[in-house]
Amino acid sequence: MLKLSLELQKELIALALRDSPIETCGYISGIEDEIKEVIPLTNIDHSPEHFSFDPGEQFTAVKEARAKGYQLIGVYHSHPASPARLSQEDLRLANDPRLYYLIISLLNPEKPVIKAFRVISKEVTEVPILITEG
Amino acid sequence: MNLIISGKSEEVSLNEGTVLELLKVKKVEMPEMVSVELNGNILRQHEYAATTVKEGDQIEFLYFMGGGSLNCYE
Repeated sequence: MLKLSLELQKELIALALRDSPIETCGYISGIEDEIKEVIPLTNIDHSPEHFSFDPGEQFTAVKEARAKGYQLIGVYHSHPASPARLSQEDLRLANDPRLYYLIISLLNPEKPVIKAFRVISKEVTEVPILITEG
Repeated sequence: MNLIISGKSEEVSLNEGTVLELLKVKKVEMPEMVSVELNGNILRQHEYAATTVKEGDQIEFLYFMGGGSLNCYE
């Protein structure tokens, strides 16, 4: 179970809508299974169908999260016009089994959907998200 | 040798002392998909085998992150 506050849920959706039709992307940091922060990063592909992190921003993000007592616990990106499931390309590049992989789907922009997954040895497991008031 | 790896002090035993060897010793899977920052400088992949680490160096490893909705349409 991944804990996501209502406030951060809104922030993720707002970022996806802001950057649409380009895919938005970034890290989520927190403690164990509780998301504490959303860390937007530059999609250096500037593409509606692909994203890549800027390595320099990645290293800055990990150090800033650590300084706050958090860990990078996941990665998020948007699917501006497709469902909230991992694509073959997402799977190909999901190399870190310790992370949650979040997808924000804007397939129906009126009703964005966020889903979370774990990928271990290319096997995908959806992880339920608990929306909290905190 | 003592290194600061991902913010934590660690004692590691290396022969050649290269970044590539360190990735192997730390059992980093798919090192070709990993970015390395050594003392604040991001290394290029081809530098991993030629760059040596020394006592007290600060090293960060992060997986390249990418993906996308290509071929994910219903």
